[in-house]
Amino acid sequence: MSTESAVGGETPSAALSPANRQRRYFLIAATATVGGVGAVGAAIPFVQSWMPSAKARAAGAPVTLDIGKLRPGEMLGPIPAWRGKPVFVVRRSDEALERLQQANPNLADPESGNPEMQPDYARNPWRSRRPEIGIYLGLCTHLGCSPKFYGMVQPESFDANWQGGFFCPCHGSRFDLAGRVVKAVPAPDNLEVPPYRFASENTVVIGEDEETA
Amino acid sequence: MEQTQQAKRAIPRLWGGLVDWVDDRFPATETWNYHLAKYYAPKNHNFWYLMGWLAMVILVNQLLTGIWLTMSYVPSGDGAFASVEYIMRDVEFGWLLRYLHSTGASAFFLIVYLHMFRGLMYGSYRKPRELLWLIGMAIYLVLMAEGFFGYLLPWGNMSYWAAQVIVSLFGAIPYIGPDLMEWIRGDFLVSEITLNRFFALHVVALPLALVGLVFIHIVALHHVGSTAPDGADIKKHKDATGKPLDGIPFWPYTVTHDVHATVVFLFIFCAAVFYAPEMGGYFLEKPNFEMANPLKTPEHIVPVWYYTPFYAMLRAATYPLFGVPAKFWGLVVMFGAIAIPALLPWLDRSPVASIRSKALASKWMLGLFVVSFLILGYLGITPPSPVATAAAQICTVLYFAYFVLMPWYTRVEKTKPPPDRVTMR
Repeated sequence: MSTESAVGGETPSAALSPANRQRRYFLIAATATVGGVGAVGAAIPFVQSWMPSAKARAAGAPVTLDIGKLRPGEMLGPIPAWRGKPVFVVRRSDEALERLQQANPNLADPESGNPEMQPDYARNPWRSRRPEIGIYLGLCTHLGCSPKFYGMVQPESFDANWQGGFFCPCHGSRFDLAGRVVKAVPAPDNLEVPPYRFASENTVVIGEDEETA
Repeated sequence: MEQTQQAKRAIPRLWGGLVDWVDDRFPATETWNYHLAKYYAPKNHNFWYLMGWLAMVILVNQLLTGIWLTMSYVPSGDGAFASVEYIMRDVEFGWLLRYLHSTGASAFFLIVYLHMFRGLMYGSYRKPRELLWLIGMAIYLVLMAEGFFGYLLPWGNMSYWAAQVIVSLFGAIPYIGPDLMEWIRGDFLVSEITLNRFFALHVVALPLALVGLVFIHIVALHHVGSTAPDGADIKKHKDATGKPLDGIPFWPYTVTHDVHATVVFLFIFCAAVFYAPEMGGYFLEKPNFEMANPLKTPEHIVPVWYYTPFYAMLRAATYPLFGVPAKFWGLVVMFGAIAIPALLPWLDRSPVASIRSKALASKWMLGLFVVSFLILGYLGITPPSPVATAAAQICTVLYFAYFVLMPWYTRVEKTKPPPDRVTMR
């Protein structure tokens, strides 16, 4: 009797000698293992092909912006800046900078505790290299909507005591002028600070800094 | 005279010969009898039992109009939005094909929700129909994915941001989230690359899966048979030839009454297609008449109506737990809410199947479940506010209570025995 007929029920494993049964289990397990490894290997090109293509990665190269005309209290953008993501560039007034330095109990992470949300040089009350220039990815850390800039200190429909910052219309998350998230809103983190460096007084390169360049 | 008689007999003989020839090579008559002519359904099937058939009708509509739309649609970042406008304005009857497809999507979900509600009312998920129910749940999941992928294709601004928000949900998964998001999109943001793969999934991969699942759903149904609304089992009483006394064969009786229902359904469906294809912004949302703009989020992002109950539950999760942000729990609640009906066969401990035999506790729980589902659907459309969030949280608890408390309330309540023979109510 050949061993292949087991599926047809002609030689049930119970009828085999213990040694033969063991051999059969071993062969089944070995074949299944090798086949399984092969299946995983065959899946790799299919899974990998979903990763960003070379073209997509090239399109995500750093971008250079001129911020010479940006006046205090204004925001440049959103601009189709880095990797196609909207980037907010704000120039903050002296009063705004002072407000950012005051302790604010309403903020969820005033000290920028999550290292993934900004490079080390942006771990300060302004979350920026130069206090007056703030650069943030304009995507809400909740579900990626683009928040809107409300730069004025005035009562807004979503906050009667608004101190200026960003408001996400999708789910109501609020951020201050340094992109720091307010407590008890859906967004879990501060706005992300992309890597950037100043090429000159009025030129900023987004997507690249001393570490990544 | 003699000759015409012979001619009259010749045609059936020829037909019979052909059938025999095929039957020797393919189980044609056997399949016909098994699935149609000798497949018996309870004769007291009511309105709720039409939904399975209507879902098939709408599936055919989606496949047919979908194939035709593909002939004029261009899945590219520059071309997609323009090609939908081309279909609407320049292609002969393109507007009708598109409206049949877009209205069909809403009709499909409406029918599937009614179909599932029938299952909850009459215990269609109970033994021996557990696998039938699980296959149905798989169909429901594939359908939701199909709707989501299809929604990006017009490349309108709502399409774009809805995809952005839903893909961002996966970013909430600890550790792998950010990389997973890039893998799904194939880019750092939703882009033409994302559009292309969603197109492939929407028109090839998921329809194949859907048709395959519908096929085994029907195979499983015909193996175990339909429930009756009163919980009677028609297999218990058969005549001398083995026909169920309280059953009628699918062909021609059930078919006739399903075709009648189809005509009524198509009247309503066509009224929507011709007079309200946008349904006031619920079937086709207004921001979607503007092309996708990665820099401008629409004022108010809402999914299409058939996802809004789950969207409301996603937003209802506002507390971080165990050091994991609230948005991850929102994801868990949302997918939990979609998946939990799959457990029904094992949650229902009642001795009876139909809601008619169950007592007040089950009726109240089912009623609260339906009401909370409808309120959640409404809340998912409204902008976020503290009152809406609190209401959504209460309704989310009620939604889950229906399932989580089921082993308890179905066991303690006093039930009536199901009728021995079907009742014509």
